[in-house]
Amino acid sequence: MADTRKNSSNPFVQISDLRKSFGDQEVLRGVSLTIPRGETTVVLGQSGEGKSVLLKHINGLLTPDSGSILIDGEEIVGLSERALRPTRRKVGILFQDGALFDSMTVAENVVFPLQEEGIRDRKVLLERAREVLSVVGLEEHMAKMPINISGGMRKRVALARAVINRPECVLYDEPTAGLDPIVADSIDHLIRRLEHEYEITSIVVTHDMKSMNFVADHVAVLRGGKIYFHGTPKELNALHDETIQNFIHGRSGESRS
Amino acid sequence: MGGFIKLLGQLTLGFFRWLGQLTDLVIEMGTAIVRGRPRFNLTGHQIVSVGFGSQLVVIVTGAFTGAVFAAQSYFKFSDLGLASGVGPVVSIALCRELGPVLTGLMVSGRVGAAMAAEIGTMKVTEQVDALRSMGVHPVDYLVIPRAIGLMFSMPLLVAEAIGFGLLASHVLIVWHFNVPSTWYDYHVVANTALEDIAIGMIKGFVFGALIVVISCHQGLKATNGAVGVGRGTTAAVVQSSLAILITNMFLSFLLNYFFPLGSGNY
Ligand SMILES: Nc1ncnc2c1ncn2[C@@H]1O[C@H](COP(=O)(O)OP(=O)(O)OP(=O)(O)O)[C@@H](O)[C@H]1O
Ligand SMILES: [Mg+2]
Repeated sequence: MADTRKNSSNPFVQISDLRKSFGDQEVLRGVSLTIPRGETTVVLGQSGEGKSVLLKHINGLLTPDSGSILIDGEEIVGLSERALRPTRRKVGILFQDGALFDSMTVAENVVFPLQEEGIRDRKVLLERAREVLSVVGLEEHMAKMPINISGGMRKRVALARAVINRPECVLYDEPTAGLDPIVADSIDHLIRRLEHEYEITSIVVTHDMKSMNFVADHVAVLRGGKIYFHGTPKELNALHDETIQNFIHGRSGESRS
Repeated sequence: MGGFIKLLGQLTLGFFRWLGQLTDLVIEMGTAIVRGRPRFNLTGHQIVSVGFGSQLVVIVTGAFTGAVFAAQSYFKFSDLGLASGVGPVVSIALCRELGPVLTGLMVSGRVGAAMAAEIGTMKVTEQVDALRSMGVHPVDYLVIPRAIGLMFSMPLLVAEAIGFGLLASHVLIVWHFNVPSTWYDYHVVANTALEDIAIGMIKGFVFGALIVVISCHQGLKATNGAVGVGRGTTAAVVQSSLAILITNMFLSFLLNYFFPLGSGNY
């Protein structure tokens, strides 16, 4: 059993020829990408390349113009909002801006997915909230409203909410952006730990090269609406490609004299 | 001329698109009621904030409208020697038209605007997407509790407006114009049937439905940040107010057919 889970012939997500335009702006122009089960794939790309748009397609929040997305072997393109429900339960998402419910406290936000699964016992909910919030270092802030905590803290609460019901796959949209290096490092460790302990498939969008090198089993680079590179971090770092090297080393290509 | 026809065409098209979107929402609400699970907490919360919380507005509206309408009627009717008609006219008008319509308009301003703004803000800050990503249908979670809350509350609010309107008109006529209390009340009661109040409450229910569907639709389709939310909120109030006034006329004819005016026990 354990062998078949990490099997590259049985990917968790398989995207083929995905296209999406907003008005006359073509954002995704035929993205094909295979995400292996139980491993972590990092998606790199410049700002505005469509990384967030790609993630939102993977749990059906956006509908592509054409193409196919298989989640755990099941086609999700064309499914109705209600028919997507079982798939969405398997795939958690951390939104780039957190998207916390601002009418609920931190703790209520975090346990929301559990309540939706029918867990009503307040003691159990509180226990689970405390457990997951301590992982992201926020158990003292349980009773606060999202508006009263910092941006980085909101991000961590959102992360806790995305993983509390142990989905099979988690989509992270820039999990470490806006965090200090120490917290960012603990988030990286959390992503790794979830992968190792629960065999969670992770897709991580990031600009953070340190984070990428730490968490990635695979790297995909999105450029011009297509997958420009797909391989291991080692292969990426060794690649003799000016665009990619500029991106890795944070150079805009202009000289600094 | 060509421009005018084009504009007319666009308006018509826009109207039918709007109507289509509202119909979709109503169908989705039907599915949600059949398939979704009941959310007692949220619904209860809505009844409190929407129904309980609207009472002051509704009472003031009903009372002052009832009073001023009674006064104006009294001036003219007593001139004509028809003072006994003041009570019945005020009562029938409050029950059948003024109570439900004014309550509807006030509630669309107070509650419809809030619904559009709340849901719209959730939409533009991706909170609606967050719900969806957890497998929660926004209609189940956001619209249905509001719909049940308002459609339950509106008939009661209408009854309350009518009640306070009648009370205020009684107080004004009896105290200010020195009309004998029992005489006035006798004519009111003798000429008001249960059907008249029922008409008001039925209208209230329908207006509640209009406000919810129109306002939630505006909220759910909000885009473009704060500007979009503001525009959606305005649109929700304008559209539901107009819808109430227009629907009211047709409802009056329809309900008159079932409960003809004058069927009271004369
Ligand atoms: N709902 C939308 N309507 C119109 N255009 C959109 C919409 N969502 C995204 N876009 C456009 O798609 C492009 C890609 O956006 P996206 O948010 O995916 O970028 P990104 O790669 O995540 O960038 P960043 O790293 O800055 O987050 C942008 O040009 C954006 O303007
Ligand atoms: Mg993004």
